Amino acid sequence: MSETFKTGTVTGVNGNLVSVAFDESVIQNEVAFVITEGNERLKSEVIRVRGREADLQVFESTSGVKVGNKVEFSGSLLSVELGPGLLTQVYDGLQNPLPQLAQQAGYFLKRGLYVTPLDREKLWQYTPVAKVGDVLKAGDTVGTVPEGIFDHRIMVPFAWPGEWTITEIIGDGNFNVTTVVAKATNGEETRDITMVQTWPVKVPIKCYSERLFPKDPLVTQVRIIDSFFPVAKGGTFCTPGPFGAGKTVLQHALSQRSEVDVVIVAACGERAGEVVEILREFPHLDDPRTGRHLIDRTIIICNTSSMPVAAREASIYTSVTLAEYYRQMGLDVLLLADSTSRWAQALREESGRLEEIPGEEAFPAYLESLVASFYERAGLVKLKDGKHGSITICGAVSPAGGNFEEPVTQATTKVVGCFLALSRDRANARRYPSIHPLDSWSKYPSIVSTAKVAKAKAILREGNEVNQMMKVVGEEGTPTSDFILYLKSEFIDRVYLQQNTFDKVDSACGAERQEYTFNKLLTVLDKKFDFEDKSQARTYFLKLQQEFLDWNYTPWQSVGFNEAEARIDKMLADA
Amino acid sequence: MKKIYNRIIQISGNVITVEAENVANGELAEVKTTRGTSLAQVIRLDKQKVYLQVFAGSRGISTDSEVRFLGRPMRVSGSEALLGRIFTGNGTPRDNGPALEQNLIDIGGPSVNPANRIIPRNMIRTGIPMIDIFNTLVESQKLPIFSVAGEPYNELLARIAMQAEVDIIVLGGMGLKYDDYLKFKDTLDEHGALSRTVMFIHTASDPIVECLLVPDMSLAVAEYFATQLNKRVLVLLTDMTNFCDSLKEIAITMEQIPSNRGYPGDLYSQLAARYEKAVDFETAGSITILTVTTMPGDDVTHPVPDNTGYITEGQFYLVRGHIEPFGSLSRLKQQVNASTREDHRALMDNMIRLYAEYREVQEKQSMGFRMSDWDNKLLKYGEAFEKGMMDLSVNIPLEEALNLGWKILADCFTPSETGIKTDLVRQFWPKENA
Repeated sequence: MSETFKTGTVTGVNGNLVSVAFDESVIQNEVAFVITEGNERLKSEVIRVRGREADLQVFESTSGVKVGNKVEFSGSLLSVELGPGLLTQVYDGLQNPLPQLAQQAGYFLKRGLYVTPLDREKLWQYTPVAKVGDVLKAGDTVGTVPEGIFDHRIMVPFAWPGEWTITEIIGDGNFNVTTVVAKATNGEETRDITMVQTWPVKVPIKCYSERLFPKDPLVTQVRIIDSFFPVAKGGTFCTPGPFGAGKTVLQHALSQRSEVDVVIVAACGERAGEVVEILREFPHLDDPRTGRHLIDRTIIICNTSSMPVAAREASIYTSVTLAEYYRQMGLDVLLLADSTSRWAQALREESGRLEEIPGEEAFPAYLESLVASFYERAGLVKLKDGKHGSITICGAVSPAGGNFEEPVTQATTKVVGCFLALSRDRANARRYPSIHPLDSWSKYPSIVSTAKVAKAKAILREGNEVNQMMKVVGEEGTPTSDFILYLKSEFIDRVYLQQNTFDKVDSACGAERQEYTFNKLLTVLDKKFDFEDKSQARTYFLKLQQEFLDWNYTPWQSVGFNEAEARIDKMLADA
Repeated sequence: MKKIYNRIIQISGNVITVEAENVANGELAEVKTTRGTSLAQVIRLDKQKVYLQVFAGSRGISTDSEVRFLGRPMRVSGSEALLGRIFTGNGTPRDNGPALEQNLIDIGGPSVNPANRIIPRNMIRTGIPMIDIFNTLVESQKLPIFSVAGEPYNELLARIAMQAEVDIIVLGGMGLKYDDYLKFKDTLDEHGALSRTVMFIHTASDPIVECLLVPDMSLAVAEYFATQLNKRVLVLLTDMTNFCDSLKEIAITMEQIPSNRGYPGDLYSQLAARYEKAVDFETAGSITILTVTTMPGDDVTHPVPDNTGYITEGQFYLVRGHIEPFGSLSRLKQQVNASTREDHRALMDNMIRLYAEYREVQEKQSMGFRMSDWDNKLLKYGEAFEKGMMDLSVNIPLEEALNLGWKILADCFTPSETGIKTDLVRQFWPKENA
């Protein structure tokens, strides 16, 4: 292809920020390429224009870049490719498929090497839906191809304005993604529709008729979340916590066991090793909902901490754009962003290089609005054909020093609907998942009735007060009734809030089972116990707890399950 | 052939500025002064102005000192001749041996493609129960020892290095006391490990910029051995806090806006770029990184340990001569401790949980409350745990340590008090206590 690009010349290099004197004109946020002497093309984005100079953030290492190097401006904003074949893929922040990069470059990432995100060779079994003469708008379905367990809709590109009349279609058959599957005209020009379209990542896709209030629970199979601090399909939640509190293990559990159609894991500036676990394990893990493998519903966007920092900033947008694309098909998508703090840090680094006036802790002043607009891309929507689709966003937050007062946590707390505070103390005591029952909150409805949850929460709170009191007055100064209250709160914690994510059975607790177990838990909480002394009470509760834990480890409604339940009932009857 | 520049327009901290043309970002230069020649590296370009970080420091540089650009970035020799050798931070021999010039490789190379990594799978046995049982060390792990000045962290580092089964040891010392350097050398020598060791040593009295190079030099060498010769490499870096302080110094000189306690905003990325070099390959060797991070003021929320903790796969807290059970963590232990012995995980979780309760009781006791029966059991347990498991002089294999764990539990509790699954209790509860 002999396209002519607008050009420029490098005038300065400061970290990954390159200043360029441009020859004609530039567009804010357009993609440009810095061309080194070794003829490497380093992808970058225009982030500021001053006079005849543009500042570019380069998505690669800038070592070896010289003053005087040529720059080409592409004329288009940073975009992703959308089409069948995104699922199961592992992309970097700029949507380069990492396995294909590995084939070409070996062990290490090679800068300036970019690969098309969607496989051009693979054939898809295409079925047309639209007919010649149909009048369609952006986002309307032209045809479908099967992908995973659902039909992937091939849609009129989201960027096309106005109404388009289909003039030509092709019939059933196996085609690759670049095949023209239909032609359409708006009366002035005729355009081709293929299976692949591009969309700028920083612009939300809004081809739906309305946004709805998220109210259906998203079942994560984690008891403390679903029962106590639930998440809704289309909602937003965050998991802030200091390092070592179990954020990653929780995110993995969510990615595996959440009952949604598509999971997008955005590993943003975190450890590569964590992604590798998903990468290597998901192809072998069964998805009990569909009978297929977990990888079939997963996309991984992986821009780990040692990869270039500007691409880390882009990776968050890349992943949410892919989520929006699948939402357009009427699917429920869960986006797990780990960690939004690293994204914020990338913004901070960039802002520092631009020598902007810093806000709190040197984060840029516009941090809050960027965080808010990211979470606002979640939501439950009614599509134009009446179907519903949703994006639920879970952002991990890594507050410096575990202090929730810092800017990123604060900005996030303002915009999310559910706040799962991970606590170092709970993690130290091996009380996993370490979501703190007193510090967390949720605005979404639970799978268990509100009154029941409120009762359990009250006991947790009161039990905690008794515990605090006992630290002052000692066990002997505590009335037995208060002591039993404390034992009950510990009981809730131990047998219900805590869950063993590494146990095959206990790790996944379905909605039905949670309701059932919760009722049993309530029976214990409601029961009036009459113990002679505290030591008898403690012994009884430890034993009951043991029975309950064994019950948790038995498969739902199995023989062992019924037997264990019978033992608990007997203990309760005998007390 | 290469043009020489001799008009230095700015000298500030360890950074000098010259006006020059056709210079690449990251390129090396030689700066000639009356005190000798030093290497320098380009860290910023602004039109004709070239900012250089001078390795030997700017002291003695005059405005007409000669600057000659070398047209290449910082490199280190990748060859087996490195083994048994000791270098400074910039790669100059410290041991009177010859300088190595063959097969030069760029340092600070690109990141490993995550798609090429494999899930870590090999346990590294250390003989220390606090590590083997509770926070198992795994090949290709990156793990710091969080400590404070005065603790025997370098001894612990050396002990793990000597007991770990690895092919090559790369030791990077940053701001190391000369005595500590000698001690490391002696320990390695004593165990006959010197011949499979490469050392890059920056001592406390060396120029600060060289400190910045130590991790990159060490890791470039480690990558060479791991990918080219399929070796299992253990990289020891001590002390990373000195490295961060050097970063801070340069950042402030360059007038960057500091983010937290004077440290630059990219501290996280800088540390991650080094730590993420830890890797295990399917078809090549592996790199394991063990470091020391001293916590200024014993404060884990200090930016250095805080950022480190978010990057590394766990941490060992070394407090009062033992590895603290709380806070110490190996994130990779789950990868290996399912296949060691079936009671490993249950024992690990429940022993720590009980120890946490012991600590609470201890607090109560110190406030003078009467101890209940349960409290007394916990007190007995806590003492046994500290003696049998936490004492750093204990050196026993994992299986023996697990048995000891059951014995301690059985001496102090009844099975249902431990919270361990019934079928495990049935299998492992010591018969004499049944």
